Amino acid sequence: MTRILVVEDSSAMRSYVRAVLEDSTDLADPIEVVDAASGFDAMRLLPRGAYDLVITDINMPDINGLELIKFVRGSEHHRDIAVLIISTQASERDRARGLALGADLFLAKPFTPEALLAAVAASLAARSGHTQHDSGGGGHERGAPNGEERR
Amino acid sequence: MAENLDRAREEFFSEAQEIIEGLGRDLLALDESQRSGRVDPDLINDIFRAVHTLKGVAGIFGANRMSALSHELENLLDNLRLGRAELSPSVLVVLFRSVELYGRILQVEKEGRDNPIPEFDDLLRQLAASTRGGPSPSSPGQYELDPSLLAVLTEYEEHRLRTNIAQGLTLYRLRVQFQLATIDNALDELKVTAKPYGEIITYLPTGAGADAESIELDILMASRSPIADLSSALSPSGVEIEEIPRRVAPETTPRPSTPPAPSPAEIHHAPPTTSASGGMSALASSPPQDPSPIKVEPPKAEIGTIKSVAQTVRVDIHKLDRLMNIVGELAIVCTSLGRIVEDLRATRADRELASNLHRLQRMFDRQLDSMQQGILEVRMVPLGQVFDRLARVVRQISREADKMVNLVITGSETEVDKLIVEELSDPLMHMMRNAIDHGIERREERQAVGKPAVGTIALNAYQKGNHVVIEIQDDGRGIATERLIEAAIRRGIVTADEARLVSKREILNFVFLPGVTTKAEVSSLSGRGVGMDVVKTNISKLGGVIDLQSESGIGTKVTITLPITLAIISALIVRIADRLFAIPLANVQEAIVLDEMTVRVIDGREVVTLRGSTLQLCYLARLFGLNPSMRMPNVSPSGGVSRALDAPNPRGGYGGPGGYNAPGGYGAGGGYGSSGGIGAMPQSPGRDMVRKEARTVFDSRRQNQSMRISLARQYIVVTAVGSQRLGLVVDTLIGEQDVVIKALGASLKDVRGFAGATELGDQRLALVLDTPALIEEMHAGADRARPAADPRGAHG
Repeated sequence: MTRILVVEDSSAMRSYVRAVLEDSTDLADPIEVVDAASGFDAMRLLPRGAYDLVITDINMPDINGLELIKFVRGSEHHRDIAVLIISTQASERDRARGLALGADLFLAKPFTPEALLAAVAASLAARSGHTQHDSGGGGHERGAPNGEERR
Repeated sequence: MAENLDRAREEFFSEAQEIIEGLGRDLLALDESQRSGRVDPDLINDIFRAVHTLKGVAGIFGANRMSALSHELENLLDNLRLGRAELSPSVLVVLFRSVELYGRILQVEKEGRDNPIPEFDDLLRQLAASTRGGPSPSSPGQYELDPSLLAVLTEYEEHRLRTNIAQGLTLYRLRVQFQLATIDNALDELKVTAKPYGEIITYLPTGAGADAESIELDILMASRSPIADLSSALSPSGVEIEEIPRRVAPETTPRPSTPPAPSPAEIHHAPPTTSASGGMSALASSPPQDPSPIKVEPPKAEIGTIKSVAQTVRVDIHKLDRLMNIVGELAIVCTSLGRIVEDLRATRADRELASNLHRLQRMFDRQLDSMQQGILEVRMVPLGQVFDRLARVVRQISREADKMVNLVITGSETEVDKLIVEELSDPLMHMMRNAIDHGIERREERQAVGKPAVGTIALNAYQKGNHVVIEIQDDGRGIATERLIEAAIRRGIVTADEARLVSKREILNFVFLPGVTTKAEVSSLSGRGVGMDVVKTNISKLGGVIDLQSESGIGTKVTITLPITLAIISALIVRIADRLFAIPLANVQEAIVLDEMTVRVIDGREVVTLRGSTLQLCYLARLFGLNPSMRMPNVSPSGGVSRALDAPNPRGGYGGPGGYNAPGGYGAGGGYGSSGGIGAMPQSPGRDMVRKEARTVFDSRRQNQSMRISLARQYIVVTAVGSQRLGLVVDTLIGEQDVVIKALGASLKDVRGFAGATELGDQRLALVLDTPALIEEMHAGADRARPAADPRGAHG
């Protein structure tokens, strides 16, 4: 089971991402999607979810996507979660910052269902590579401090 | 997959609609602030974000025009919010037009059409032209900002940070801890408190927190206020405040390197009291790397703590329709139950059982009423939704027409059925255009006649019984009746001779005829091919009435009266021959006994005189081609009639000679929302009145028995739409019932004269008369030659 947190202030976009992911037969694991309508919502949900992937928008009120990425990467519990940015192509700088902060992939809106699925698979693969590498080097293992979190 | 995506698509439409409405409101606020010269950067950013969201979703759902428009608009707004372009009145015009265009595009997308939208390309060109902004005024590099701080700022936040620094504001870090469960409210409060002191640039979660239930935030704020002021304002909310010292790059000194002090208020106070100083780096880089042990606790079991953020849900109105239909079916079950109870009581079988059942059935009935009421309430939305849009249009049109107009809106909280609000938007929009384009005079013209230079349009809404009244009143030049007459003669609607005899009211009503206009030239504003005739048709479709008053030189007032809901109506059930019909009570004024002796024929029309005025009659049996020999005996003790008559008559002092009066009766007494209103079928005062009416009629029948005995008596149901009345001649009055109207099937939907069909229970069907259409048709003189629909088809 792959658990995905979708952080996006547009409900239509959330519904779309959910529809594409939940109905997909291409991904190896069954997928469970949880929605967050804001950065704060995401922070509320993160400690309870044992997520494998966070898909986030950049331009959101209050806590923007960049801050969320920084929070995820800076957090002991969440730092190994894969992060996929979905945002419009327009602001090149925001995109570069997101990747610099440790996002795994950037997907420009608008995107097709196929592109989303490919990006999700790629982000997950990138992260699991990371983790293997990390654990091989004696680093952190995903969710190691509290293994029961990932049920 | 398709189903999920369809749902997402539905979501897209409603979200886009919401965003576009929000955009309209924000633009109005922006317009205000631009005039007063104080533009709130947050507002521009909100607008940008809305457009940004639209662009994203429009692209996903293949709404290409919306996506293209958003793209251009986003560029323009980005320049505005990043200070690369200035918010000028001409830019505002483009923005207003864009929001209008969004509305139209959304409509086209919803209907799945691919119609060309003429102004689309034009506006896109304009947008592209106005997008060419200059370079950002605050070129980066002047200030040495901590890179780790910059790393999490979006482009916009960075811009705001630079702008504030450039203007000499001081940066503060507010550290605050929130409970995750209540963060939304707490944060809103903090925003409100902080707003007067400056601008919040961003919120950074520090990654630290006392436990899993709370979160610590660093809030970056720019302010002109000394730290003491901020402190006294914000400390009560548990905020720790720290000043972030400015670090100006040594080689470029556009400002003094010491904190700038153009005014005493800006003199910096003593360095921050908190020890954790260290400039921006302390702010931005410390928390995540902070080695201070965070208490790691395995999360507790997921006990109902993931609360929903929003307190509202969006519901597809068709779902409510389905619910309403179910309630309608249940009401039928309830009525049937009631009949069984009656029968049971009549047989005296088991009194206790019967009265228990009776009580249960009553309770069922009441709960059903509350449910119906509840669903109706859910469908209600404030008229403000449309009024907001109108306010925008007024601004836009008055700009384009170069007229000064002040729109005064009252009663925007008045609630109406969602479907009605939707359908109202176009007609109201059109009338607004008319008022500005044809009504309000040019400034010079107004001043010449001693009117204030700024014209006023009053948009007023209020509830009146089961109706909502919307008035649009302008203080313009009024409608030129001479021109209307000329136009009517030109179109062959009246002859020159007839024109001399028509009343002013009738003349004004010419406005509602197709092709009649007082304007010789068609304006680009109002002349979009929709006339007042279309407005009237649209309003009539909603069961509404439109009325016009106008005084030359003083102004015009349009009054629209609408039912509150379309889902369910109170109807007077009547019998004609062997058929049942429902007449919407909204159109019923009174019911009287028909005395054939008093019927006269004037101009080939049958009329009676009712309290001094002439009432045209319409014999429905004849109109529908029903066989009068099928007429039921009126006083059959087994029919619905007798049951209606058996109803208790708690109210005495019943006024009027054999008639009840709708305004008092249904307006105040049966008022929606009071005493159960629409939903309270059995208790509704309106219904009692009809019962009483039936009784009164029958009483008078007994009194008059000597005069006309042989023929079964007939009744006149006096109906009215606006100022026009028509007496419908029917055989029997059965009683009032709240009915759920079901549309006639596709093959019958073009049949005029019927608004739909309804089930009365007991598997009896009734056609619902479309009273406005009937009245219109009869007054147009088509009485005799009507290609009658055969209502018998719908029975059985």
